[in-house]
Amino acid sequence: MSEFTVNSFKKGQPRWCPGCGDHFFLASFHKALAEIGVAPWNTAVISGIGCSSRLPHYMATYGMNTIHGRAAAIATGAKVANPELSVWQVSGDGDGLAIGGNHFIHANRRNININILLLNNRIYGLTKGQYSPTSPRGFVSKSSPYGTVEDPFRPAELCFGARGHFFARTVATDGPHTVEVLKEAYNHKGTTVTEILQNCVIFNNGTHDDVYDKAGRAKNAIYVRHGEKLVFGENKEFGLVQQGFGLKVVEIGKDGYTLDDVLVHDAHCEDNTLQLKLALMGNGDGFPVALGVIRDVEAPTYDECVSAQIEEVKNKKPYHNFQELLETNDIWEVK
Amino acid sequence: MTETLEVKELDQVVVRFSGDSGDGMQLAGNIFSTVSATVGNSISTFPDYPADIRAPQGSLTGVSGFQVHIGAGQVYTPGDQCDVLVCMNAAALKTQYRFAKPGAAIIIDTDSFGPKDLAKAEFKTEDYLGEMGIDPDRVIACPLTTMVKDCLAESGMEPKAILKCRNMFALGLVCWLFDRDIDIAFNFLREKFAKKPAIAESNIKVIQAGYDYGHNTHSNVAGVRRIETKEKKPGRYMDITGNKATAYGFIAAAEKAGLKLYLGSYPITPATDVLHELSKHKSLGVTTVQCEDEIAGCASSVGAAFAGALAVTSTSGPGICLKSEAMNLAVILELPLVVLDVQRGGPATGLPTKSEQTDLLQALFGRNGESPMPVMAAMSPTDCFDAAYEASKLALEHMTPVVLLTDAYVANGSGAFKLPNLAEYPAINPPYVPEELKGQWTPYMRAENGTRYWAIPGREGFENITAGIEKDSKTGAISTDPENHQLMTNLRKQKIENIEVPDLEVLGDKDDAELLIVGFGGTYGHLHAAMDEMRAAGRKVAMVHFRYINPLPKNAAEVLCKYPKVVVAEQNTGQLAAWLRMKVDGFCPAQYNEVKGQPFKVADLTAAFEALLEK
Repeated sequence: MSEFTVNSFKKGQPRWCPGCGDHFFLASFHKALAEIGVAPWNTAVISGIGCSSRLPHYMATYGMNTIHGRAAAIATGAKVANPELSVWQVSGDGDGLAIGGNHFIHANRRNININILLLNNRIYGLTKGQYSPTSPRGFVSKSSPYGTVEDPFRPAELCFGARGHFFARTVATDGPHTVEVLKEAYNHKGTTVTEILQNCVIFNNGTHDDVYDKAGRAKNAIYVRHGEKLVFGENKEFGLVQQGFGLKVVEIGKDGYTLDDVLVHDAHCEDNTLQLKLALMGNGDGFPVALGVIRDVEAPTYDECVSAQIEEVKNKKPYHNFQELLETNDIWEVK
Repeated sequence: MTETLEVKELDQVVVRFSGDSGDGMQLAGNIFSTVSATVGNSISTFPDYPADIRAPQGSLTGVSGFQVHIGAGQVYTPGDQCDVLVCMNAAALKTQYRFAKPGAAIIIDTDSFGPKDLAKAEFKTEDYLGEMGIDPDRVIACPLTTMVKDCLAESGMEPKAILKCRNMFALGLVCWLFDRDIDIAFNFLREKFAKKPAIAESNIKVIQAGYDYGHNTHSNVAGVRRIETKEKKPGRYMDITGNKATAYGFIAAAEKAGLKLYLGSYPITPATDVLHELSKHKSLGVTTVQCEDEIAGCASSVGAAFAGALAVTSTSGPGICLKSEAMNLAVILELPLVVLDVQRGGPATGLPTKSEQTDLLQALFGRNGESPMPVMAAMSPTDCFDAAYEASKLALEHMTPVVLLTDAYVANGSGAFKLPNLAEYPAINPPYVPEELKGQWTPYMRAENGTRYWAIPGREGFENITAGIEKDSKTGAISTDPENHQLMTNLRKQKIENIEVPDLEVLGDKDDAELLIVGFGGTYGHLHAAMDEMRAAGRKVAMVHFRYINPLPKNAAEVLCKYPKVVVAEQNTGQLAAWLRMKVDGFCPAQYNEVKGQPFKVADLTAAFEALLEK
């Protein structure tokens, strides 16, 4: 049992708009940290700029609310310099995937042991309503009054393309599931990306309506858990099977399909092909939105490798302080 | 035969080795300087290499040079022009001859002056000496390649490997010209190639051959010259480049402060060698991260500083543009960070391998908002060590980012470095938040000198959130209160102004100079040499050189206004002059400015300063 409670991590009065998804997420985050049990003084929460990047101000941990887009790079430096810290990086879709896209992919590639929390409301909220890199094609906003003419990023695709080893998705309003997923993210060694679907009540209200309440999720989402059958529906009457190079939704007991035909989720599979297919489901294609830990594969982490290499070289090289370093040079003496 | 040799004593000599980028001119030059330094001569070196990695062999753009200045007394610069020019091919003669003094000896490898070589070097006739107006009596022309091939014919080496030893023949010949002890070179090579003794011995054989060639043909050259050592400062020395000295300074500071050294960097000429050097020293616990871009180099360093490291980010001009935002974050977070800018020619890509001092105003002002930051500049390759140490100390003790300016000339040049004793260096004491403040501490609570306390994550009871957004001076919470922002702006400014830096030291005729020469950073050697020459000619001249540019030394105004004439000499269009005019009421200096990407020439400086005195 953890010696910490939600109150050990709570600070201040959040100033997000009433109904903002950030409120829901913050409560789940506090709860998850209390259950994880790392002390607040060994926890660092680092954000960039944006509505969700205000989050560190409401944490009783160490933290930084930095500059736009750079949180992943800053978190990388903090973790490498101080591997004992439990580092959480908070970004919105603009902060993390537009201005911070380069740092996002390289954090995933390096597999540094930080947890990236990607709060995705598909809009720029703090600058009052411009389309973001996750807004769908044709999205009408203040900066795209006639609709956007560009395709969005799908965060999972970006994570997988950058050789990410952990990707999970949850919905801000689904507290218990968010807590469960955050704990799994913490337990995974290496970069984790948790996409949190959240609503912006002011500038993009209803963007995740299909899964934002319990009833919607029952109909339109599938909860995936490693080792469990990929079944969904109000009565678990549907399942996912493999067909050709793709997935297919079947009704169990119909058209000759039985529960045995339904795929078992394998988050630990090195090959991410089927995990990516799961991650990209939803958004009106007849498939449910996958929620839960979609990919969770162990791999060497950057910070551990950096530390291990330092130890290895310490054992090999004969010099261990500055004066000894000087002596490794060609030296002459003037008498 | 040796008894007939005329041995001339010289105070100083400048040798320039030049050839293709792959000809090993730097190694030859380095060994020559080491051989000279070992007997106590003063040395200064300067590599001058092209931006291309390997331009076509024998082409004009592919020539690289390495200049070595050795002196009986102190030498301050690699020398304006050389006494001996070694040209490994026709292109080298074509491009490098302008660096030779009138009357300089020219060593050429006649094997590399065939019709094809001459065509590549854009000579119009076979009379290349005539085309260049070179007196053949000054030329030591030898079939260098042929002799190297003969020398190593029975070594069993590949023809390509044999050709790589050509530089050693030139080195041997130059060692003979200046009566150097080639055993020192042999020892150097045996240590350098300790794991490949066959290579060491081949190189040694070729040096000996070059030396013997000089000896056997002595009647063709102007005489053996010897540089005796006049002033010996006893001690143990090593040859060090500016970039290596900078890296060593950071290592020393981290050890002294008892902190982990973190470098976040991205490769960029001419700063990359600092990343290379620090990456080697993991046995000292040094952590280097080669980041995805310049921005991450600086941003990750801010993260490392937050987490409790001595954080450094290294770059050159274009990188500073990209780092500015994260540097500014360190200003408002009040976290320690050293930003190393090895200046090169600009703007944009500019002259990547050449030297300028054109980033000064950017270092001082190149950020949004009121963003004061200490700025320092290293004066010479060996001074980079102390400068890096002092920049780290400033950053850690005053909780601020510090810009350390060096330049391509200082970074790549080298000098004899007296091994420092870290025990004699001043302690570094960061303002860690005192334990007794637990319970009442807030993140922007300040020590007496205005510096905020440092609470490193991991300490219970000091959890805090810092932010790039303005905070309340007392609680540390986000604040947009007008009075608070005024106060915080003032506090950040005052904190930098409170930093105590050493007074300017006036060199030369400090009581009765008619002209004061003012400079900063890497031009120290040239300005010093110019002052010495003018004083030797009977002029009353003094100089001051700025290492600390923000804040300025307390006696700056007094010194700058004391002399009848003042000239600010710098490798830009007047950035230090502008800064000094802004900071010192009524200061209106003459200016000497040059942006050619090359170091100053002492002769140009003295001519310009003489003209000022005549006015």
